[in-house]
Amino acid sequence: TYNPTYTSPTLQREGGSMEQEMGELRRYRTQSISRGEFALSDSFYFYRKGLESIVDDQVTQRFSSEELVSWNLLTRTNHNFHYISLRLTVIWGLGVIIRYCVLFPLRITLAIIGLSWLVIGTTLVGFLPNRRVKNWLSELVHLMCYRICARGLSATIQYHNKNNKPQKGGICVANHTSPIDIVILANDGCYAMVGQSHSGLMGVIQRSMVRSCPHVWFERSEMRDRHAVTSRLRAHVAAKSNLPILIFPEGTCINNTSVMMFKKGSFEIGGTIYPVAIKYDPRFGDAFWNSAKYNMVSYLLRMMTSWAIVVNVWYLPPMTRQEGEDATKFANRVKSAIAHQGGLLDMAWDGSLKRDKVKEEFKEQQQKMYSSMVVGKKARNSQEPHTESTRR
Amino acid sequence: MGSTNSTLSKIPNVEELVQETGFTPAHIVRLYDRFEALDKEKTGHLRPQDFGAINRLAINPIGDRIIGAFFSPGQETVDFHSFVRILAHFRPADKKRPKDPSMPEPVNSRTSKLKFAFQLYDQDKDGKISRAELLQVLRSMLEMQVTEEQLESIADRTIQEADLDTDDAISFEEFRKSLEKVNIDHKMSIRFLR
Repeated sequence: TYNPTYTSPTLQREGGSMEQEMGELRRYRTQSISRGEFALSDSFYFYRKGLESIVDDQVTQRFSSEELVSWNLLTRTNHNFHYISLRLTVIWGLGVIIRYCVLFPLRITLAIIGLSWLVIGTTLVGFLPNRRVKNWLSELVHLMCYRICARGLSATIQYHNKNNKPQKGGICVANHTSPIDIVILANDGCYAMVGQSHSGLMGVIQRSMVRSCPHVWFERSEMRDRHAVTSRLRAHVAAKSNLPILIFPEGTCINNTSVMMFKKGSFEIGGTIYPVAIKYDPRFGDAFWNSAKYNMVSYLLRMMTSWAIVVNVWYLPPMTRQEGEDATKFANRVKSAIAHQGGLLDMAWDGSLKRDKVKEEFKEQQQKMYSSMVVGKKARNSQEPHTESTRR
Repeated sequence: MGSTNSTLSKIPNVEELVQETGFTPAHIVRLYDRFEALDKEKTGHLRPQDFGAINRLAINPIGDRIIGAFFSPGQETVDFHSFVRILAHFRPADKKRPKDPSMPEPVNSRTSKLKFAFQLYDQDKDGKISRAELLQVLRSMLEMQVTEEQLESIADRTIQEADLDTDDAISFEEFRKSLEKVNIDHKMSIRFLR
């Protein structure tokens, strides 16, 4: 698997758990830690952890681009840049000229050709009545268009384990780094896309795609109703002749160094899950879409002026939900498999933390851990404290 | 073209900051980047909400107090200089620095760190940690996990142990004495990697 060139964060972190550290803090006291008791120095642990997170924190890191060990001549990936030599600057300048004046125009042309062909081709295919020929042509059109678009990004994709490729009537699940993921996956097979219906250019593309083969586009209002969403997807999956649906359970773009918590909704639909791991090589271009920082157009421009997009895609063996396994556990199982294969960190945090505030439960967990050190393992009332299976 | 030097030139009075806090210019640049990342609206100042957006801090039981430490009383914003100055308290001690009584106490010395920790407890800044103040901190750290009686007995015990002049409060000297064996430099420092 690919080893991330992710450099270590700003801080050297103490590896100890809360218990270990508290024990050290209290070592000077004569009472043992198991007896409990509060020590004035206990707060130092929380104090330090708090300040560490102010300086640098694991979650926010995931939503900004990966830092590279050695510079790849793209200013955008350079954080600690200082002027090194005239020669390097000249090489960089040449790089800029090549990327912007040579590669970029070629790529834009290809992208326009690819997208136009998608719209025209799918509309034409939509006029055909015959089932089998229509499906075959539709797949051809889709594949052709996505391949052109991939060339338009100078994407070099390597697929591994093609024997595990998602089958019809299944659900394909992958980690999400950018909207380009769709192009990457669709280069090798046809999928039914799932998403929100947009207006404008995206809407035109979406509507014409639906003419040639079924995709699942939701209105924004429908997306709120989880049951409606699940039942529509279920209906799609149940019709065994439909293309496998493509879902990104993280819900948002992550910077490709880790996999965040999978939303369990996709795993409640039933059917076979085909996990796919996507790993971009950051040396050639940073594929992560930081939607807070860049809008779609500037993002695509950055993509088209990078050196290349080099991707590894691993198809993992299909998984199904086991007896007695709930959706959350299943989601975590799939997530671990994807993270393991792609060489990404398996994180417990929720992707929606980018936007929402963290849940109170996590704070309570900290308090629980600490209280067991202070008052021992006695429960507060006679009730048993509830178990920590509360991750959504 | 970006460069450490150009970021440094964006920060006013860097020399002063380096002198005062002992951070290297590279560290200050790192902190500046972090400051800018937290300052989402690019006002040049941080407000309590900007700190609140840090998830690991939001789940920290005494997160609010830590945030409060950055803001002087009555102030609603903190600028970059103050930000760095507060963080400087947590710099590891400089072992090689000679003890010069004529120089002001460095901000990351053992005493300064202890003073800083003391202020976490002593919110009204009267120089003593009263029983009520101690209870407040305990409540933050333990919240619903223990009963009010348990909290009070813990507070009583703690004061009993540390309070030497029996005024039912913990002064800074008593605080310092009760923690004299703790390796403050180790426990109250954050180490930068580069």
